[in-house]
Amino acid sequence: MPLEEPIQNLKEDHTEKEVMINIEGLHKSFGSNHVLNGFNMKLHRGENLVIMGKSGSGKSVMIKCLVGLIQPDSGRVEVMGRKITSLNQQSLDELRADIGFLFQGSALYDSMTVRENLEFPLRRHKNKLGVITDTTPLVLEALENVGLPHTIDLMPEELSGGMKRRVAIARTLILKPKIILYDEPTSGLDPITAKEIIELMRNIQRKYGTSSLIITHDVDCARVISERMILLVDGINYAEGTYAELSASADPKVQAFFKK
Amino acid sequence: MSASLQIVEKAKTFLIEIGDLSFFAGRFFKELLKAPFEFKELLRQCYQLGYRSLVLVGVTGFILGLVLTLQTRPTLIEFGAVSWMPNMVGISIVRELGPMITALICAGRIASGIGAELGSMRVTEQIDAMEVSGTNPFKYLVVTRILATTLMLPLLVIVGDAIALYGSALVENFKGQVSFQLYFNRAFDALGYSDLIPATVKSFFFGFVIGLVGCYKGYYSKKGTAGVGVAANTAVVFTSMLLFIIDFVAVFVSDIFYDL
Repeated sequence: MPLEEPIQNLKEDHTEKEVMINIEGLHKSFGSNHVLNGFNMKLHRGENLVIMGKSGSGKSVMIKCLVGLIQPDSGRVEVMGRKITSLNQQSLDELRADIGFLFQGSALYDSMTVRENLEFPLRRHKNKLGVITDTTPLVLEALENVGLPHTIDLMPEELSGGMKRRVAIARTLILKPKIILYDEPTSGLDPITAKEIIELMRNIQRKYGTSSLIITHDVDCARVISERMILLVDGINYAEGTYAELSASADPKVQAFFKK
Repeated sequence: MSASLQIVEKAKTFLIEIGDLSFFAGRFFKELLKAPFEFKELLRQCYQLGYRSLVLVGVTGFILGLVLTLQTRPTLIEFGAVSWMPNMVGISIVRELGPMITALICAGRIASGIGAELGSMRVTEQIDAMEVSGTNPFKYLVVTRILATTLMLPLLVIVGDAIALYGSALVENFKGQVSFQLYFNRAFDALGYSDLIPATVKSFFFGFVIGLVGCYKGYYSKKGTAGVGVAANTAVVFTSMLLFIIDFVAVFVSDIFYDL
């Protein structure tokens, strides 16, 4: 569907920088349900890109295509110049070490302590960090980044929703990824905790210079963190621009996202 | 829908399920032979699924021995055959009741537990998180659990059999003044390789099926948290049904080899 007004002006121009993620013509269907119908996107180095869409609009499907959890029907998906669909398992695992993924419900392993949760990716991606005899300093550093070093020996069930989300962020950070994918980082959290999580995401971006792709339907989150936004409607990038530009749009489909 | 159509539909679903389960089993054997081998997780599962089932299997076995002896005693006395009690109990427990009751108990405890655990991991995206962390979740979660149940069930059956025989000996000692030594001598005299080998071999199959169905139901769990309950429930029902089918085949094959 056509945009009522083309929106291309970015708050900070990242277009000259290296493209970290490039998606072209992404299609994905589940039976007769066409979720993605030719979605396009570019994420540049150091950029915070927010993708907004209604529930069931295919945001999570798109983000899972990026890490090879879901195979697209057609289209090009490149992460740091490497085509995801043509990688073998070993190359895909190596690439995944450079991508942090924060899942919607935190996805901490229930049967493991916080320490073991953070050690898990360390032990699995030995090629990236080499052989680590003592993982404690790295685990503690990651937990200190999210302000929760005291939870190191707790089980996930002993943590609140916000603490779980912070520990999950620490787990994504422990491998020092170049890209972080956030799938609904503030969903299910109260407004105060959600603000803390957003602030944490900004701090991480400042400290590590990561490129961030944030999937959300939380307008406040998008307003605070986005440098550029894409609105995903009917499986395509319906509108694109800064928060200020999109929120001022007269297009009813765009406006629907910003109505309180 | 008419009753006959419903039956046809259910039979079709059952056969599709068997087909999918066969593919799942095929994948297990394929992954089993591929490195890396998750020995630490295998040991943990042996402890969780085997050692932690000991009390339940022991108590059930003890009660089985007591009840079987108490129930059959009056009939054997009536026929003047009470001295055959150890032989009868020994054969029935080692050949049939021990493996079957232990397997059914483990289907209730282990298959449902695995179904619920993996189902919960699926719906909370822990399995996806594991994959993104560079781990093959099938190998880490499924292969280790199926191997653990396959290895642990025969051991649990042996323990269950021994405790059931002890329960039976206790009744005979109390009611018939038969010494433990005499009881066990008579019981073991009646047992041969034709009793022990088929029972042990079928115990491995029982263990394999318990792990396989539990993992299959949990790994492919759908429909959110409600799906977790369904996975746990259907894992028990499906496993129990397969246990009886395997038992029938095992007795049939044993009959050919040993002319029971």
